[in-house]
Amino acid sequence: MTSVPPALIFILGAVLLPFLRGRTRSVYSLLLPTLAFLDLLAMSSGSSWIIQFLGYDITFLRVDRLAMVWGYIFVIIAFISNLFALHVDKKGEIMATTLYTGSALGVVFAGDFISLFVFWEIMALAATFIIWYGGREDSINAGFRYILMHIFAGLCLLAGIVITVVQTGSIEFNYMGLNSIGSLFVFLGFIINAAVPPFHRWLPDAYPQASPTGAVYLSAFTTKSSVYVLARAFPGTHVLIYLGAFMTCYPIFYAVLDNDIRGVLSYSLINQVGFMLVGVGIGTPLAINGAAAHAFCHIIYKALLFMSAGSVLHMTGKIRCTDIGGLYKTMPLTAVACMVGAASISAFPLFSGFVSKSMTVTASALGGYVIVWFMLQFASAGVFHHAGIKVPFFTFFGHDSGIRTSDPPRHMLAAMGIASFLCIFIGVYPAPLYSILPYPVDFVPYTAGHVLSQIQLLMFAALAFTLLILSGYYPPEVRAINLDADWFYRKWVRGFLWFINNPLARFGKLTEKIFFDLVPRFVIWFTTLWAALDLKIIDGIINGIAGITIWSGGKLRKVQTGDVQSYATIAIVGVTILLIILMGYA
Amino acid sequence: MARELTIFDDPENVNKVLKAFFATLVVLLILDIFVTRHAHFPWEEALDFYPVYGFVSCVLLVFIARGLRALVMREEDYYD
Repeated sequence: MTSVPPALIFILGAVLLPFLRGRTRSVYSLLLPTLAFLDLLAMSSGSSWIIQFLGYDITFLRVDRLAMVWGYIFVIIAFISNLFALHVDKKGEIMATTLYTGSALGVVFAGDFISLFVFWEIMALAATFIIWYGGREDSINAGFRYILMHIFAGLCLLAGIVITVVQTGSIEFNYMGLNSIGSLFVFLGFIINAAVPPFHRWLPDAYPQASPTGAVYLSAFTTKSSVYVLARAFPGTHVLIYLGAFMTCYPIFYAVLDNDIRGVLSYSLINQVGFMLVGVGIGTPLAINGAAAHAFCHIIYKALLFMSAGSVLHMTGKIRCTDIGGLYKTMPLTAVACMVGAASISAFPLFSGFVSKSMTVTASALGGYVIVWFMLQFASAGVFHHAGIKVPFFTFFGHDSGIRTSDPPRHMLAAMGIASFLCIFIGVYPAPLYSILPYPVDFVPYTAGHVLSQIQLLMFAALAFTLLILSGYYPPEVRAINLDADWFYRKWVRGFLWFINNPLARFGKLTEKIFFDLVPRFVIWFTTLWAALDLKIIDGIINGIAGITIWSGGKLRKVQTGDVQSYATIAIVGVTILLIILMGYA
Repeated sequence: MARELTIFDDPENVNKVLKAFFATLVVLLILDIFVTRHAHFPWEEALDFYPVYGFVSCVLLVFIARGLRALVMREEDYYD
């Protein structure tokens, strides 16, 4: 076996990064994905890099056709993103993106739960740092909200893994199926990470807060890793069909309203992942192929859209619909790249989305899922409406914002050029993509009827947009936010904090008053009463007790430092003493 | 400073684009009569099902989104 886990190339590679600068670092950051790609080409099916740990076999490199699809696309997009981000000079951010790439590849090739979980957590943490490096108004807070949600998802996954491993005795990560409490927790961890509503708000909350380049990485790895693990462990799980179908429709209403271009792209990202989950849920070879192919194409065109939005942000410092417009005048190449991405995500014939999305939609028709099929068609028209038209229209056309700038630096244009080329190449000539899918492909996207249906659907969606814009009925762009599912936890947490700070704190004070003030005083009063009865001997003893109570009360009060560490230390000392006593008895 | 494109500043050019767009729509409606589909569902065979569905979907989408905005729109500093 000559291959190494691709995760290793990136994670070890990240260690060297801080010591390089200038041109050397540029070459190096393009060299890492190139090496990883050559590594992938040399791979053959099977498991290797197995390490014994606590009596379990940890498998770092499990290669099969499903993993390879994600391996290829993750490495390709790492190259494109690194090229796009060549100018970035924050060492921390570059390390974070490299670790993020590496851990996502680690998840893809993990053959067991332990390495899966470790890479999963590195991925969440690295993504948080990418958000923190965003440098936007709300980056820090959004990063905290992101990590809290992902810690929750990670804990669900961990709980599921522990229960499953205890029950089955095996840490192998393979098909699970939704059939036990352990698999339920694993499933929950996965779908939170896939941004299934109502656990989706972390995505449009955090991605627009990343830097122009950071968002490109974020758009590629986290949710698509989830699609991979779901396709691995839960193919044919029917609830995914309905979750996925809901997921294709729900976010597009918010995408229509969102004022931040990268917010719109975030919502449309969720919508696209919905198509993949429907495919995984149907679980037939055609549907799994559809999910894998769509993940592959989606990563490229979504990165392309985030790159064009990132270029606008990089050049103008602005990205809200209300601040930009008319940029085609001075950023024509970026505008073209954006429109290629828009055509691809809309699944226009001859663009990549067409050859992948239609597999899933066809699979839903063949499976007889009528309502799901209607929802997917609605979502297809809807995604064209907001990501296909709204994004390019409000950014590059629409009202002239008066901003005059230029296309971004050459390396950014080159990255967008490669992504645009791939979008069109796959759309025109899907055979290479079809040849790497998990199952043999017997699917012809280009039939006259299918092409016509899709063009009709999209063009009349465009007609609706045109008429609504011309009539002035289209919702005007306003500076505002739209409440979403996060309202529940963001507002309720405030209520909970209020509860702690007010009623609970008052109750605490009352308890303190009773035990450290009223009780000792009562004892003193009581002893004075006895003294009054002139019993000198008893008098002395009782006074002594009262003194001890006050003294120990004072000492106890000092122990209440409010310091978690001291409480923990005291608890540990107490438990230890208890154990010693118990062991003494035994 | 790069050269500036001003092609859409002229309303005449915008009109040309719109005219070409509407002409395409008409052609698409007519093509529906001649092209046969491998339909999975009977309604796909109905005349101009896809154009109608695409148009109605997006009008509904915008109507519902407008209603939703009335419900969920808040100031940008709502959570601060």
